[in-house]
Amino acid sequence: MEKPSLETLKTFIKRPLSIAVIAILVLLVGGELLSPGFASPRQIVALLTIAALLGVVAAGQNLVILGGREGIDLSVGGVISFGAFLAGNLMQQSDANIIHAVVLVLGATFLIGMVTGLGVTFLRIPPLVMTLGMLGVVQGGLVLLTRGVPSGRAAPLLGKIVSDPVILGLPGIVYIWILVGITLSWVLRRTTFGLNVYAIGTNETAAELAGVPVRRTRVMVFALSGFFSGLTGILLLGYTEYVFIGAGDQYMLPSIIAVVIGGTSLAGGSGGYVGTMAGAVVLILLQNILTTLNIPPFGRQIIFGVTLLGLMLLYGRQRRLRG
Amino acid sequence: MKSADMRQPVSGRSGWSRQRHPYLMAALVFVVLCVVNAALQQTFLRYEVAISNVAAFLPMALLAVGQTYVILAADIDLSTGAIVSVVNVAVVTIIESMGGTGASMALGLAAGLLLGITCGAINGFCVAVLRLQPIVTTFGTGIVFAGFALWILPQAGRQVPPVIYLTYAGTVLGVPSVIWILAGAIAFAAFVGRTRFYKALRATGGNIQAAYQTGLPVARVRMGAFVISGFFAALAGLALVGETASGDPLIGGALTLPSITAVVLGGTALSGCVGGVAGSILGAFILGLISNVIFFAQLPFEWQGLVQGLIILLALAGGVVMARGKQG
Repeated sequence: MEKPSLETLKTFIKRPLSIAVIAILVLLVGGELLSPGFASPRQIVALLTIAALLGVVAAGQNLVILGGREGIDLSVGGVISFGAFLAGNLMQQSDANIIHAVVLVLGATFLIGMVTGLGVTFLRIPPLVMTLGMLGVVQGGLVLLTRGVPSGRAAPLLGKIVSDPVILGLPGIVYIWILVGITLSWVLRRTTFGLNVYAIGTNETAAELAGVPVRRTRVMVFALSGFFSGLTGILLLGYTEYVFIGAGDQYMLPSIIAVVIGGTSLAGGSGGYVGTMAGAVVLILLQNILTTLNIPPFGRQIIFGVTLLGLMLLYGRQRRLRG
Repeated sequence: MKSADMRQPVSGRSGWSRQRHPYLMAALVFVVLCVVNAALQQTFLRYEVAISNVAAFLPMALLAVGQTYVILAADIDLSTGAIVSVVNVAVVTIIESMGGTGASMALGLAAGLLLGITCGAINGFCVAVLRLQPIVTTFGTGIVFAGFALWILPQAGRQVPPVIYLTYAGTVLGVPSVIWILAGAIAFAAFVGRTRFYKALRATGGNIQAAYQTGLPVARVRMGAFVISGFFAALAGLALVGETASGDPLIGGALTLPSITAVVLGGTALSGCVGGVAGSILGAFILGLISNVIFFAQLPFEWQGLVQGLIILLALAGGVVMARGKQG
């Protein structure tokens, strides 16, 4: 964390993380005023549960975006659905199968991400194209495996871990998210791998010359994105008990938006995961407020889009060109 | 979407470089797919079948053409599918609520095109003037446009007078309407390709800083690209009115990402500057032909998605890698 003490109030407010936190407070107060009970503890717990799902996908997305070279992962939705499907079928409602199901799913999704990373790194296919292609392959593979029929159910214990209150009334999924947050923030700031991610995201050539294993690091960020998508799939399965084929699709673009709202630049090399966590909460809060408002779906959608553009206007602006 | 390496168009002896023929790979894949398709489907080369294929691939081709201009400027437009939807429902609603008269049809079509241009201008304003990041911004505007589509027509339905879909499926002056539309798009691209705007567009995509310092009106050029993209999305929306004869607020949503795939398959680089419209039309046809081949290969249903995904991934990877090989 940087030290805010030296900065003036203005620069503090202009920082993405501050904006996200202020947005969270404004949305909470606004929601409470619009419909009393919105900011009640129960609602906040429900909110954090949904935000945790988005937040965990966004962890992988964040790494890919930080790694630069137009990094973006459009395959997360497909990988989440795949992970959830695989987990459900390996568990078959039996608690005894949880551990090997989790290990296999995380391993498989890590490998999928690795294939993406190899394509991006060694064939130098632009990430947007490579991940879009992988999305098609994963979705096609999912249809082949499921034969179009959803199957597999969560083990009861998984549902309990995810949804039941553990400490302070917060469900397990929130603690898993916090754990992901602490680990990832530590990895990004304190480990060689984390610093390498920033290095290749800022200037790949300079990183290469400085001895950073550019290729290995880049493959790794994509593999980890697969891993986090797989983890989200497992959590989603625990949350909803069984999942349909397109369950993960809804996370693709929101995961990118959470990262951007959280202050990570799409150009790569700057930002962090704490901001992304705040970004995920902002997005879910916004959606919740719009759901509680008594307006038709199209109105919600329009307000959501306009608010998103407004947020971009606050701090998503790009450098002015200079002559 | 800016890459560090600047791919300035080089003039030189190597006439077969990617700069000169960015869509060579696409043309090859296209021919191969045509041969495979003809082998699997006996009627493939028949006139009516060919025309119906063109009609089926046309909306995607139009979207890809518009997207090409945006991508040449190194931006991206994720709202095109939503523009298709909103234009589609707006046109159908205007025509039906005005009684389906000739005047209503003229007004409906004109309003549809104007709506597409307006949506494009909004995108361009946000990206080029307000300097917002294009991916997230056009995703946001896309949500708004899709919201308006649902507002205009919450559920698929309504009908247009038969004359619209009969004209769309029929011929004008002995030539099928869909061919006229495609030829119109190609003529438009050929015209734009000769303008100073197009040169400025590619310069902007190649190196925006340098383009700005040279005194090019960078903001206006990027804005122009988004307006063209909106216009072509509107055309695609109109084509879908002709094809389905009704309105559907969700019709465009699934078209956005495939249209970008089509552009890339056609040899246009996401980093800007390199590529062209002809490749994107080929790319859209390639996507359509892949679906055709898989259908006529009589693969079991559950294999189709995977095989399609793998072919597209291979074609994308092959195109990118081969292009680089030629670049040296």
